[in-house]
Amino acid sequence: MIDPAEFRELEALRSGDEEAFMAVVDRYHGSLLRVAQIWVSNRSVAEEVVGDTWVAVLRGIDRFEGRSSFKTWLFRILANTAKTRAVREGRTIPFSSLQNPGAVPESAVPADRFRDSDDSSWPGHWASPPASWDEQPERRLESLETRERLEAAIAALPATQRAVISLRDIEGWSSEEVRNALELSETNQRVLLHRARSKVRRAFEEYLSEDVR
Amino acid sequence: MTTAQALSCQELVELVTDYFEDALPAEARARFEEHVGRCRGCGIYLDQMRETIRLVGRLEPEHVTPEAERELRQAFAAWRSTSS
Repeated sequence: MIDPAEFRELEALRSGDEEAFMAVVDRYHGSLLRVAQIWVSNRSVAEEVVGDTWVAVLRGIDRFEGRSSFKTWLFRILANTAKTRAVREGRTIPFSSLQNPGAVPESAVPADRFRDSDDSSWPGHWASPPASWDEQPERRLESLETRERLEAAIAALPATQRAVISLRDIEGWSSEEVRNALELSETNQRVLLHRARSKVRRAFEEYLSEDVR
Repeated sequence: MTTAQALSCQELVELVTDYFEDALPAEARARFEEHVGRCRGCGIYLDQMRETIRLVGRLEPEHVTPEAERELRQAFAAWRSTSS
């Protein structure tokens, strides 16, 4: 079902209200860009794909009846646009990263942080446990540098993981919305989210363990 | 201690998202909570994951750049002139 406020906005858009259009564009812009980059190689191509997606949305808006959510409809158009573009670029679509992200194992925490599995007393327990962040000054956690570090950690993720953590944790989407938009199974959505959050935590732990200047 | 089925810390860190997403079966959830309740390292780890999610949640979604906005407004005007 479509959200009533969004439905009114789409009605305004359909009747030619440019500001209503721009409000919708702005709401989804970041998410569309992140998702487009799953399929296309770089940022500027992703921007073109997002632009083409909006043109396709305008052309098709009269056919959108609100039976699925607008979000789902929008991201389906984006995926089709991006895949077509990827084929034209001669880029192989990273099917496996969406369909079977768990194929290659990946650890949330490097194995050397734990005792060996044949340890006589505490196999698999922390050898080097994490240190509490409670003593970190609040102003450090709220600083611009913290934001930049987190953004850099997210930017360094593989595109599918980056898309999932951005939609879930920055944009605040539900897991169901992410699954619909990316056509992911429940398990795969969780695997991608887990890997993304685990890596960002690890990067942030490294940053906080640097000396406070 | 339920040694036979107890989770190691290395196993626990892989279940954190399943735990947050409420995707663990009841028995696994109980083992998870039992472990966290008596393991300081894993308690801190869980707090760090929560804090990471909170801080990532405060990042700003990306907005449309002025160039993109200009192009989209043009596209909208072109659509409006053909659709009416």
